Amino acid sequence: MKPGLSPRLILAVFMGLLLVAPLTLSAFYVTLLNYIGLYAMVALGLVLLTGVGGLTSFGQAAFVGLGAYTTAVLTTATDLPGWIGWAAGSPWLALLVGLVLTAAVAVLIGALTLRLSGHYLPLGTIAWGISLYFLFGTMAILGGHTGLTGIPPIAIFGYELRQGHQVYYLIWAFLLLGVFTVHNLLDSREGRAIRALKGGMVMAEAMGVNTARSRMVIFVIAALLACASGWLYAHMQRFVNPTPFGLHIGIEYLFMAVVGGAAHVWGALVGAGVITILKQWLQDWLPALFGKSGNFEIIVFGLLMVVILHKARGGLWPIIVGGFKRVVPIQVVHRQIDANAVPLPQRERPQPGQVLLEARNVTRKFGGLVANNNMSLDVRSGEILALIGPNGAGKSTMFNQVSGVDTPTSGEVLFLGESVVGKGSRTIAKMGLSRTFQHVKLLPTMSVLENVAIGAHLRGAKGVLSSAWRLDRAEEARLLAEAARQIERVGLAEHMYDEAGSLALGQQRILEIARALASDPLLLLLDEPAAGLRYKEKQALGDLLKKLRGEGMGILLVEHDMDFVMGLVDRVVVMEFGEKIAEGLPEEVQRNPAVLEAYLGGVE
Amino acid sequence: MDFQIALILGQDGITNGAIYALLALALVLVFAVTRVIFIPQGEFVAYGALTLAMIENGVFPATVWLLLAAGVAVTLLDGVPALRQGRAGRVLPLLGINVAYPLLLVVLLKTLPMNDMGLALQVLLTLLIVVPMGPMMYRIVYQPIAESPVLVLLIVSVAAHVAMVGLGLVFFGAEGYRTPPFSTARFDVGPMSITGQTIWVIASSAVLIVALALFFGRTLYGKALRATAINRNGARLMGISPVFAGKATFLLAALIGTLSGVLISPITTIYYDSGFLIGLKGFVAAIIGGLGSYPIAAGGAILVGLLEAFSSFWASAYKEVIVFTLIIPVLLWRSLTSHHMEEEE
Repeated sequence: MKPGLSPRLILAVFMGLLLVAPLTLSAFYVTLLNYIGLYAMVALGLVLLTGVGGLTSFGQAAFVGLGAYTTAVLTTATDLPGWIGWAAGSPWLALLVGLVLTAAVAVLIGALTLRLSGHYLPLGTIAWGISLYFLFGTMAILGGHTGLTGIPPIAIFGYELRQGHQVYYLIWAFLLLGVFTVHNLLDSREGRAIRALKGGMVMAEAMGVNTARSRMVIFVIAALLACASGWLYAHMQRFVNPTPFGLHIGIEYLFMAVVGGAAHVWGALVGAGVITILKQWLQDWLPALFGKSGNFEIIVFGLLMVVILHKARGGLWPIIVGGFKRVVPIQVVHRQIDANAVPLPQRERPQPGQVLLEARNVTRKFGGLVANNNMSLDVRSGEILALIGPNGAGKSTMFNQVSGVDTPTSGEVLFLGESVVGKGSRTIAKMGLSRTFQHVKLLPTMSVLENVAIGAHLRGAKGVLSSAWRLDRAEEARLLAEAARQIERVGLAEHMYDEAGSLALGQQRILEIARALASDPLLLLLDEPAAGLRYKEKQALGDLLKKLRGEGMGILLVEHDMDFVMGLVDRVVVMEFGEKIAEGLPEEVQRNPAVLEAYLGGVE
Repeated sequence: MDFQIALILGQDGITNGAIYALLALALVLVFAVTRVIFIPQGEFVAYGALTLAMIENGVFPATVWLLLAAGVAVTLLDGVPALRQGRAGRVLPLLGINVAYPLLLVVLLKTLPMNDMGLALQVLLTLLIVVPMGPMMYRIVYQPIAESPVLVLLIVSVAAHVAMVGLGLVFFGAEGYRTPPFSTARFDVGPMSITGQTIWVIASSAVLIVALALFFGRTLYGKALRATAINRNGARLMGISPVFAGKATFLLAALIGTLSGVLISPITTIYYDSGFLIGLKGFVAAIIGGLGSYPIAAGGAILVGLLEAFSSFWASAYKEVIVFTLIIPVLLWRSLTSHHMEEEE
């Protein structure tokens, strides 16, 4: 371990400062810290959603309002109808009701927009933010634009949190709970699935990740964090009106996340702090400058955002950490691989020579274009089949048909004798097929270890709650040990903790093979694995594939490097213009006149 | 509600719907060519309406200063690299378009009798001030990150929108304005009384839509933009500069937005922040068309206008809620009909 300050120590100092802050600071600053804590909680949800998951929402303020109004109504109303009467009067029960209500709304909005492409969710949340804001302002039971007053303070075991410095500890306890929950979640099987969303849906689904579910999970968690912030806000202010829940505040929350650093949990806190203090300062200063009152700070925020997105897309957090590290070195703590972790169970291997994959008369048309016509092939256990052909022959389309990315227009695809047409790549991955991609699909900022562990997604079962509260560590150790084993097997052990994006292209292709192997497949589909590899690397890859074949793996290979193919594979299928023109042993195919014509042109 | 009221509401709805249709077309166009979800579209509406109002009131329109500031920024952004590459000759045209032109406008506005020069000239001046901000905005805000994911472009759009709203407050103050109608004529058609303004709005929208159709169908520049919308890289290989396509698209969008503002300001009082909601209604329409289909978006806009008019009669407090909740069934319908697995760029 390199010398330097331990991150744990820095965290402990930070917590200590938080603990003594209200004892030393004036009421004004304690209130400011309270607001920062409340806003950071919402921004934290947006970090998960935007920076990690690649989705975004402008409607988080409406979820804050939902939490605030739910508790305001339940704790102040005198004549609630019987069905909800049990929750009246108690802030804690109101929190529970608010969270349930928020989750329900988030699931509904998510169900409507998450299946559509990425920009429909933010547009949907804009509409939802506006609608809810107007509802807050018009519904009589919510007090219209004047709002609701007389909200009681929160009491903990009879101790009422009336003053700013009393509620301070509750706010920051909630925030830190949120930070640790999200932090834990991201460092787990579910978290890797969430982070895989940014690598593209096709890759995540091929690794067995239910991307729709992962998107929904982060949207709901973000909404729940916002709701809890609203609940605290209502009991701190002791009154609510619609203003703080409008769309413009929703936009401000997003600014906090982006300014702070949308890819880091602590970025939320930095962003909330910067925007809150800047706002305070600008609101004193700008109206004097312009000689009239108004929210002129939004000009500065807007321009600041444009500059940040142009010049420092990662926000302030990486800059702060980078600067800090230059002054004081910080220890780099790697994940420990537990070599004694119980190995994950393996699939039952089929008999050598058993047919794993069978495509029968597969045809795929795109409009008038026939990309695959009447294609048939089969791959057996313990053999390597190469699918070759000139550019544009339809190899990649064929790959998509058998891996479930696409659905054939007609024909059958059987995996282990079972039809998989139209089942989707996630289902096929579960049955024991894994693959690599022609254009490498990795998460460049994640370590090699984490990238490979995504491949083992389907071999774990722990869900979101166990991940968030660290009940998944035994399983996690087994998954990481498996990932490490595959990394060693393909020869990338020395890069285990490097960022995947820092590897050379050839190594990234090998990394994809390790990721595919981590799923314990029966059949591997490799899309041009030797492209970009040096001679020695190609030899090593060939040896690895031979070894896998020896263990009973079936391998389907699309490849252009004929030297590599001919010395390695058992059988070859040649395609041209979407059709099979030859099939057989490598040496037979090499002598086949049709193949020669396809590759070298006709002999006059 | 009787038939008479229904006719009045229908007329209102179609009038507003025609404006939303224009905005929806601009939004679809901008998204198709540049992948930008153009949230600041609404600010062009407000800037157009309020600049016209200031000119009509004989007040110097402060938006010219924004034009000048943006022009200076563009000159710096493009001029400094040009100087570094030793191409000083490029700086002069930059200065001419971006700095001299706004200064000329300042001189014109200071000398011309703004408040009694006639509506047509006042509208023309408004367009001359506000529309060039479109391409300048593209240069400053979007061009440096034109290849970013849609999500980043959307966030930057929202940032630009927020800054423009704040600047609008500086320029126009918190007061709202309503400009006098283009025509005070009234026509009685059977039981219906049609105002001259309604005819102006619908006729202008129709003319603009036909003009756009001709531009995209018949001219080389229009075809170049269409080509970019279909395949950016392909268009680039054919020699269509993405920067040109972006600026041209933003010019059109700014023109449509400003004209919409000029058309709508005699119908509704416009405040510095009114543009957002108006623009969003154009968005609801554009989403009905899946951000891709022009005719469906235009039809959706009429639907939005009618829904707004009738809900303001039945439940005026919930007018905005009802209009924006319309997006939910639309999204539901789209999510049930689309089976396409999106691959991120």
